[in-house]
Amino acid sequence: MSKMAASSGRALKSFVQGCCGCSSVILPSIARNVILQKPAVTVLARLVCTSSTLQRKNIAAAGPEKYTQEFIKKQIEEFNIGKRHLANMMGEDPETFTQEGIDRAIAYLFPSGLFEKRARPVMKHPDEIFPKQRAVQWGEDGRPFHFLFYTGKQSYYSLMHCLRFIQLLERILALPYCSIEEEYIQRFRRALEVQSKKQKIEPLQYDENEVAFSIGEGRRKTATATATVRDNGSGNITVNGVDYLLYFPVLQDREQLMFPFQFLDRLGKHDMECKVTGGGRSAQAGAIRLATARALLSFITENEVESMRQAGLLTPDPRVKERQKPGQEGARRKFTWNKR
Amino acid sequence: MAVGLLKKVGSDKILTEPLKHPDFFHLSELFSLKDLFDARVHLGHKIGCRHRLMEQYLFGCRLEQDILDLDQTMEHLQQALNFTAHVAYRRGIILFVSRNRQFTHLIESMARDCGEYAHCRYWQGGLLTNANVQYGKGVRLPDLIVFLSTLNNVFQQHVAVRDAAKMNIPTVGIVDSNCNPSLLTYPVPGNDDSGPAVELYCKLFRMTINRAKDKRRQMEILYGLKSQND
Repeated sequence: MSKMAASSGRALKSFVQGCCGCSSVILPSIARNVILQKPAVTVLARLVCTSSTLQRKNIAAAGPEKYTQEFIKKQIEEFNIGKRHLANMMGEDPETFTQEGIDRAIAYLFPSGLFEKRARPVMKHPDEIFPKQRAVQWGEDGRPFHFLFYTGKQSYYSLMHCLRFIQLLERILALPYCSIEEEYIQRFRRALEVQSKKQKIEPLQYDENEVAFSIGEGRRKTATATATVRDNGSGNITVNGVDYLLYFPVLQDREQLMFPFQFLDRLGKHDMECKVTGGGRSAQAGAIRLATARALLSFITENEVESMRQAGLLTPDPRVKERQKPGQEGARRKFTWNKR
Repeated sequence: MAVGLLKKVGSDKILTEPLKHPDFFHLSELFSLKDLFDARVHLGHKIGCRHRLMEQYLFGCRLEQDILDLDQTMEHLQQALNFTAHVAYRRGIILFVSRNRQFTHLIESMARDCGEYAHCRYWQGGLLTNANVQYGKGVRLPDLIVFLSTLNNVFQQHVAVRDAAKMNIPTVGIVDSNCNPSLLTYPVPGNDDSGPAVELYCKLFRMTINRAKDKRRQMEILYGLKSQND
């Protein structure tokens, strides 16, 4: 008995769907109990056996309801006509009837005692009620409008192509009275702090023979160095009272000392005298290099300072010896692993 | 009724007329072997990178660098350009794909000038196979995909080659000596890494597509007038 009813229910469902042309789900339980009226249009009876689970899946996969352009246009027309009717009902002028008037009219005509404000009757412009749909991106023949449509992110990737836009913005900022539009343009710009302004450059000092000199300090890995760079020299370098050739027998350390001068093309023009303590051979060389670079800052232009900073001559090396951890032999080395 | 029939006959003529000639758009005059040679199209990669299936397109090997056979390249390029021209003539959507970052801007500008489409960015998985979800319902997929480099940034075959084969979309592709030409409908053996070579390809594709579109407009006017006169 129930089986027959169930099958008739499913047959009726296919009937109704055939007539109405919409995919509305009729719960099988209701279909069994309800006495359906004869459909207005006689449809050929073909028993289509579909399970209710399949139909439920299709509804879920469709996603949120989409509103077509024509539907929204019709809603807007109905809204405008309804607005005029309301104005006539309230005895106000239809031409100058504002949204506040509509709200007052609705509150008067449909008094509601509900506490939840969002549950009360509301009459608003359809653009505010229906969620915004993405406009169709292609024309009637199916060809998309934007040439980068198939990437998925057309507006993001097309920014690279509007060269004129960037040039125009920069031009606007160059004109007088640019401060009017500066706010708008700053939205497309990100302020980059000029790093070199943070460097403190000591002024040049002059000793008894009116030779310019400058002092710089540098540290690297427990070695500290103080360097005095003198002008009008011939490239002599003295470390702790000893010539640099004797103090640093290794070529690599001497190259480190010479690097700041070589970078600024001033190899044979300055004399350098420095004192260094602590650290090892390489650390002392690095410390002296930093000290000389800082001392040379007083002799050169701002652009050269920026280029020195970008070359890494003015950055103190933060690497120090890593501490040993308990349970390990060294900083990273673990004790020999024993299976037993 | 008669006008409708005439219009239909006219539109049939427009579509069938180009198919009667082997080189309807006269594309053989656009490029010559010397042009290809000057643009360094014949240079391939080293022997170690050689793909097994590209051995048929190689002319030889010099100092461990593969040289592609430009005679074969000429034939393949002629066929590929002819096919592109026919697709453009029939108002098909052409999508240019390349994952070589050096030429992204060039290819995108070229696509914009032609009125066609380009995708030289990161390829998301379901762009072709899951188009209804990615773009929206009722989207029209490209009718032809042109690869100016079939490899992606990790030197593996671009996903779009396989996806186009799955979606029955014909493909034209420039295959270098380290690429796999099997899944492409119109492979064109050639260099895909040199500047001059890629610029030459862009120029050729742009000229073919513009020619095809102009020809289409001419034919429409011609047959439109004819059917009006008759």
